[in-house]
Amino acid sequence: MQDTGTSDAFVAFERVQKSYDGETLVVKDLNLSLPKGEFLTMLGPSGSGKTTCLMMLAGFETATHGEIKLDGKPINNIPPHKRGIGMVFQNYALFPHMTVAENLSFPLEVRKIGKSDREAKVKRALDMVEMGAFGGRRPAQLSGGQQQRIALARALVFEPELVLMDEPLGALDKQLREKMQFEITSLAHQLGITTVYVTHDQTEALTMSDRVAVFNDGRIQQLAPPDILYEEPENSFVAQFIGENNTLEGTVAEINGDRCVVKLDGGEVIDAKPVNVSKVGERTRVSIRPERVEYNKDRLQQGAHTLKAKVLEFIYMGDIFRTRLEVAGNREFVIKTRNAPDQVRLSPGTEIEIGWLPEDCRALDAN
Amino acid sequence: MTASTTDPEKAAKGPMLAADGTPLKKSLSRALRVQKLRALALVAPLLIFVLVTFIAPIADMLFRSVENQIVSDTMPRTTKALGDWDGTGLPPEVVFEDAYYDLFVAAERKEHTRLGSRLNYELTGASSLFRKSGRGLDELGEVYQDQFKDLDKNWDEAQPWAEMMGSDDWLAKEAAWEKGERLPKFELRDGVDELLPRTAEQYAAFATFTHNDDRKSLLKEEPWSAVHTALYQDLAANDYSGYSGPHADMLKAADTLVASPDFQTLPFKDGFGEIDKDWLEPGIWRTLKLYAPKYTSGYFLNSVDMKLTPEGVEARPQNERIYIMLFKRTLFMSLVITCSCILLGYPVAYILSNLPSRTANLLMILVLLPFWTSLLVRTSAWKIMLQQQGVINDVLVWIGLVSDDARLTMINNQFGTIVAMTHILLPFMILPMYSVMSTIPKTYVRAAKSLGATDWTTFWRVYFPQSVPGIGAGSILVFILAIGYYITPEIVGGTTGTFISNRIAYHISTSLNWGLAAALGSILLAVVLLLYWAYDRIVGIDNVKLG
Repeated sequence: MQDTGTSDAFVAFERVQKSYDGETLVVKDLNLSLPKGEFLTMLGPSGSGKTTCLMMLAGFETATHGEIKLDGKPINNIPPHKRGIGMVFQNYALFPHMTVAENLSFPLEVRKIGKSDREAKVKRALDMVEMGAFGGRRPAQLSGGQQQRIALARALVFEPELVLMDEPLGALDKQLREKMQFEITSLAHQLGITTVYVTHDQTEALTMSDRVAVFNDGRIQQLAPPDILYEEPENSFVAQFIGENNTLEGTVAEINGDRCVVKLDGGEVIDAKPVNVSKVGERTRVSIRPERVEYNKDRLQQGAHTLKAKVLEFIYMGDIFRTRLEVAGNREFVIKTRNAPDQVRLSPGTEIEIGWLPEDCRALDAN
Repeated sequence: MTASTTDPEKAAKGPMLAADGTPLKKSLSRALRVQKLRALALVAPLLIFVLVTFIAPIADMLFRSVENQIVSDTMPRTTKALGDWDGTGLPPEVVFEDAYYDLFVAAERKEHTRLGSRLNYELTGASSLFRKSGRGLDELGEVYQDQFKDLDKNWDEAQPWAEMMGSDDWLAKEAAWEKGERLPKFELRDGVDELLPRTAEQYAAFATFTHNDDRKSLLKEEPWSAVHTALYQDLAANDYSGYSGPHADMLKAADTLVASPDFQTLPFKDGFGEIDKDWLEPGIWRTLKLYAPKYTSGYFLNSVDMKLTPEGVEARPQNERIYIMLFKRTLFMSLVITCSCILLGYPVAYILSNLPSRTANLLMILVLLPFWTSLLVRTSAWKIMLQQQGVINDVLVWIGLVSDDARLTMINNQFGTIVAMTHILLPFMILPMYSVMSTIPKTYVRAAKSLGATDWTTFWRVYFPQSVPGIGAGSILVFILAIGYYITPEIVGGTTGTFISNRIAYHISTSLNWGLAAALGSILLAVVLLLYWAYDRIVGIDNVKLG
């Protein structure tokens, strides 16, 4: 993946490779750059190389090949403690033998900042995360969410320009996680710091980030803002990994500019948008988001191809209805409809006809 | 107010009730009782084992360190009489008299030598004095025995004595006694204890001994000379012309003999003086008076280089002081051994805890390897390594660092003990350190570095404080083991490298002064507990983790 605008990049990975055992590459040819103030999330399944990238940036792992630049200067040979990068760890890594205030004071002490200055900064940082009253406590006396805030305050107290976060919200419950997601992003934008955030939770990635880098198999599969990532996945992996997705397999029958016709394995023919298929006869996997599937014929384009579907299951989920269908041999085909007053509730066994706008149906690689 | 509104109020004030109406607490404790009983049954075997093999011996040891009943048990009359003595000069004749009778019985029972050994701890020479006196006391009594015997042969016969002293009832039973049966309990004749008080007492003592220890009939055994001595005393004190009991003429004749000026007498004091001149020195009597009580602080005072004197507690002379120095040496060397274990063990534990577990387990075997070798073998190996003609000296001489005639003395001194014990106790330091260190998450180190700390600051401010519980646990373990170590200092310690435990062992097995050994052991136990308490106050026992 080549990223544009490397000249004004604040953080840049250039052709970075990493291997632990000298036989397999964990990170394969990584190129990535992000401008100052951006909130970038590295998203991917475990073992995809995202954490390794973060550790290389922090200095805890050395790149086997390639260069990592911070503010234009290569940092490969700079030890971690001289990089001045704030970091929040998965389990917070608050020093258990120090109080909250001592934890926050620690990075200032090692920077030889005067006592009065230190106290003012610690107080400001604690106030920033609304933990001003907890300076005298030990980390063990705090709840998970409170520890998370302290870890954040500690990573920010020495005013780094870059903050790295390694799945910091993984240990929190859902409600607290959502609250912290909001707080972290607003704090990051408010302070104008550049943030690299690692997570395997796609919702977290979509809600928090300016841009998301989807990792798989040691490579960035797609680097894009959340909406593009969701609506215009560039390959099957991204389409599958981000959000819910229906797939149908087939062969490209004809390509016509930004339209193509795909002949499914069952013989049905559908319209799609060619994304990474280039020639007729190529195997493809088409992807349609559940909420873009229509079964009301009035809303479909004239002459659009439709498919016969049989309702297998209807699930009432409150705000939406989730209906599982059997379409072209795929029994896991799901459609989502809004719970509106005029919405039809499909009962199992009903035979319907479904279709979609061709631009919502993306013909992707078959892998 | 209706009933329905008052009920919950009542319930809130009274005890909580279970569903069947019994108080909830009672119901709960009944439910828990079975669980408790089961738990108790499970630990019972170990509990009993520990009680029998650990708690009871320790309690016994603590008791032995103050117990002193041997003096009052062996010489009950003397210790009582000495209570009235003011301790100046020689005690009055009556004390010598009591001592004579006490020691006579003790000598017959062969208990006088044990008392002699006991008193020898306090007064050198007491042991041989008592042994000698056991034989000499017979001679004292024979003065009277011989004169009575010369007067009438019956005075040295069993039968007349028994008839004179025993009740008719008992005499009949004793006569009917056959070997193998229980001997009938001796009963004094009515009035004889008033008539011949001393004789009756001594004869009763003789009777008890003959029956219980010798298992012989009193009709066959002629009494010992102490009885004759008592008879003389009685005859000299009272008039027996009106006596009409058995063998009245025999007794009257004896009374006349005693009254005659030809009768030879020997005051007890002179008798003791003849046995040994030491009896005429106040020293032995003072010691007896001092150690007469059932319990004594003497052993403990001895353990801290002091002694009990009639004037109070005072320090021993310079050349007799040994224990305080030994305690200090034991503490100092244990401390040095603990410190060297920390210094040598910490890096090893650190490396082990940072290695992948496969490699760590492999290396851990090397740490544990010494455990699988006999302690004696390891200690002896050090002897071979460190001795003057040993491996290390040979190498140093060969290299040329040390000349052949100036080989280093590394064994049979403190250095040898410290080296060998550090080696032996090292695993006890490494294991708790390792188990604590392996629980310290690596992210702490990373976090510290990301916050800008150098390697040293990271170690000192973040890693080290969290490894302190391991050091604490290891130190307690090593220190307590070291302070009571015996075999290694015994083998490689020589004279300057031995511990207090070696001295305790000496008193247990060689000098047989168990009281002193117990007192030394108790002090050692107290010191360990005190240090443990101090450690808890300073470091906090919560900070000790074994894993």
